[in-house]
Amino acid sequence: MSSLRNIGYIVQKEWRQYFASPIAYVSLCAWTLLFGVFYSLILNWFVTLSMRPSQYGPVNLSLNEMLFGQVLRQMAVVALFIMPMVTMRLFAEEKRQGTIELLATSPITDLEIVLGKFLAALGLYAVMIVSGFLNFTLVWGWATNKPEWKPLVTGALALLLLGACFVALGLFVSSLTRNQIVAGVLTFCLFLSLWAIGWLDSPMAGKFTKAVSYVGLTNHLEDLIKGVISLKDIVYYLSVIVFGLFLTHQSVESHRWRA
Amino acid sequence: MIEVENLTKRYGRTTAVDGISFKVEKGEILGFLGPNGAGKTTTMRVLTCYLPPTNGTVRVAGYDVFDKPIEVKRRVGYIPETPPLYPDMEVTTYLDFVAKIKGVPRKERTSRIADAIAKTRVGDVQRTLIGRLSKGYRQRVGLAAAILHNPDVLILDEPTAGLDPKQIIETRELIKNLGGDHTVVLSTHILPEVSMTCGRVLIINKGRVVAEGTPESLTHRLQGAAIVQIELRGERDAAVELARSIPGVKEVQARSGEAGALLLEVEADAARDVREELARAIVQKGFGLLSLRRAGLSLEDIFLHLTTTDADAPSEKTEVPA
Repeated sequence: MSSLRNIGYIVQKEWRQYFASPIAYVSLCAWTLLFGVFYSLILNWFVTLSMRPSQYGPVNLSLNEMLFGQVLRQMAVVALFIMPMVTMRLFAEEKRQGTIELLATSPITDLEIVLGKFLAALGLYAVMIVSGFLNFTLVWGWATNKPEWKPLVTGALALLLLGACFVALGLFVSSLTRNQIVAGVLTFCLFLSLWAIGWLDSPMAGKFTKAVSYVGLTNHLEDLIKGVISLKDIVYYLSVIVFGLFLTHQSVESHRWRA
Repeated sequence: MIEVENLTKRYGRTTAVDGISFKVEKGEILGFLGPNGAGKTTTMRVLTCYLPPTNGTVRVAGYDVFDKPIEVKRRVGYIPETPPLYPDMEVTTYLDFVAKIKGVPRKERTSRIADAIAKTRVGDVQRTLIGRLSKGYRQRVGLAAAILHNPDVLILDEPTAGLDPKQIIETRELIKNLGGDHTVVLSTHILPEVSMTCGRVLIINKGRVVAEGTPESLTHRLQGAAIVQIELRGERDAAVELARSIPGVKEVQARSGEAGALLLEVEADAARDVREELARAIVQKGFGLLSLRRAGLSLEDIFLHLTTTDADAPSEKTEVPA
């Protein structure tokens, strides 16, 4: 119980610091702006597409697939750019300021510190997702062919899981240095490479390439965005998250041993 | 309250602390004295569970720092050399956060924070962002944070570094008042501070304890010789010869002083007061006696003596009865 309380205190403190600095505002603004831009561009494209006469009679394009799905795929990439900014500070700044010494000499465990910081960043990201999804609610107002809401929920889950992976890995990188800019750049490089690995996947790829591309972070979004919850994707994301948190915990703990 | 046995801490190949042992009783104020890099901060970091010891056992408030770190941390208040503050927080917000993670119960939080603010006199800046505070205020906010959870043991790493003289005096007063209820360990390389605040001193050099005792007993004991400084007018060689002839005098050094005067530094047995005989002899000889005074070895001299000369010889711990 006290452990949950301690995690809560860390979350509270991180949120206070997010909103006392420009980080929260900049990332929220950038995210909602880009969400809006992609949403309106794709909506335009969708409208043009559905107006175009087809030789097989009237077209009935799926809003879920052609509008929401497309936007979510774009936003996954936007998250890749924004999340390093959200995570880079978390440990690097504590180390630079020496406040890590306060946390480390207080009666809370390293795991509570790591989880607190993880949940704080994830919470900020969740706010970003919710504010973006507000755009979608408008669709119910004018669409003659109402979209389904279930794929939207799994889509949000997909973005959340992806973001949680970003946070866990970003947290680890941040724990490696005392310079938040270095942490940010390294995190960004890591995310980019994990994204790029996914491009290797193609129908023609050999077994080895397939196995490597499996690591690609965005490759596991597809089913969830379509509304399919498959165990392998969930397991993949959860294991990346746990692995990232494990590395962070090890790294935070090891600083004491290495001084 | 604190028991340190044979504590050793190595960083890779360098040994920062080399087999230190000491005890601190409840309510005592112990001063760590030593040049930079002597191992003071490392020892304190072990006491606060920030670093694990390489060897030896350390018990704080009855709990081993290695086995029960959380219990130790609950009972220890600590300020590192630079207080760990968040510049983007207001003072009260910061203290509130510290109170929470130190495990101060919700009901007591407000009163404890108010109490700490009053004790460290930071009331007039409690709504200011820490980043805007001067060094002195930051130090005091750090101290406020360290005493928030009413710890049994307070560990202060150079608590007066960077303060102005008035603040130094205030901080010393505060520390003195804290002793009694709390057991205090503080480190410093400012010598007068130790004699003013601490009940007991541990002089550390190169990771070892070179001397231990109360400031007075250290001064007394290490004053193996008493030094008398004489200012007189007269012929140099004759004066030196004269001083040497007094029983109990071990060594005489002469140098020229102001306005043609001669300065003699006479080292004599501590047990014997040679001033009277010296004065009589000088006057009888017809020299003009201008001044004569006994110069005790200051803590500073002892410190320099211990940390420069003794350090090179394999240190024999100078035991000083309290």
